[in-house]
Amino acid sequence: MKIAAREAQGSLLVHVDEARIDAAVAIRFKDRMRDLTAAHAGRVVLDLGGVEFIDSSGLGAIVTAMKQLPEGATLELAALMPNVDRVFRLTRMDTVFRIHASADTALRDHAC
Amino acid sequence: MPADLANSDLRGGGRKGGVHCEPPALVLTADAMSVRAALGKFVAQLEDHGLGLEELGSVELVVAEALNNIVEHAYGPSGSGDIQLWWTLGHRGLHVRIADNGKPMPEGRAPLIHDSCARDYAAQVPEGGFGWFLITGLARNIVYRRERGMNVLTFRIVVGESRGAAAAIGRG
Repeated sequence: MKIAAREAQGSLLVHVDEARIDAAVAIRFKDRMRDLTAAHAGRVVLDLGGVEFIDSSGLGAIVTAMKQLPEGATLELAALMPNVDRVFRLTRMDTVFRIHASADTALRDHAC
Repeated sequence: MPADLANSDLRGGGRKGGVHCEPPALVLTADAMSVRAALGKFVAQLEDHGLGLEELGSVELVVAEALNNIVEHAYGPSGSGDIQLWWTLGHRGLHVRIADNGKPMPEGRAPLIHDSCARDYAAQVPEGGFGWFLITGLARNIVYRRERGMNVLTFRIVVGESRGAAAAIGRG
């Protein structure tokens, strides 16, 4: 599971370098997100720009990633591709997460 | 309108109901990685039939949820077996039939979700259970039954452009 994180303008920017977050990788995704975000108390931006497909297991894993964040941390999403965006809208999870058009916008909005 | 609609349908193996008289379009082992590989093949089979990208996305999602459900619940972590899938593209959309030898669904019924409670469903089940919600949101005519000891799930997904594809074949 290729996920990388870096600090950027006070946020933790997590980039998922996988085409799919599905049942085959959901558990690894949750574990990796927990490791990456454990020490971060602020805002986490999950850049999904490289993710073409997500199923309900992947969606559940992202919800878990939000719930397992340290106290005070928040999870926001960026760069949802059409099929991914539709899953969030159909399940109304687009109302749970703040969603940005791109990782750059997410960082810029925060800086303002 | 073609005289015999059945002949104008594009088949991905078998019939949408009745006896399995043709081999399935896909046979896969019930595990998560095989589901992923099978979805790739399934989408490739459909790509040549004029479905839009959004339609392909919906179809892949519904079939993914149905297959994952079989892996996780019908067979479960200790079980193993195969899953068979047939599809037919006709003037009413894409008909899909999926069969497995796993355990029956609880109470012998698919967990259909009615629109009246769908509004609150996401809030009630925040970490799982999205699967059937997505299936019932995107598919029509969802029928689950036991047939000769197997689970058989059939459904239809409306794909607008498939009507044009079927009609074009009918004229030809």
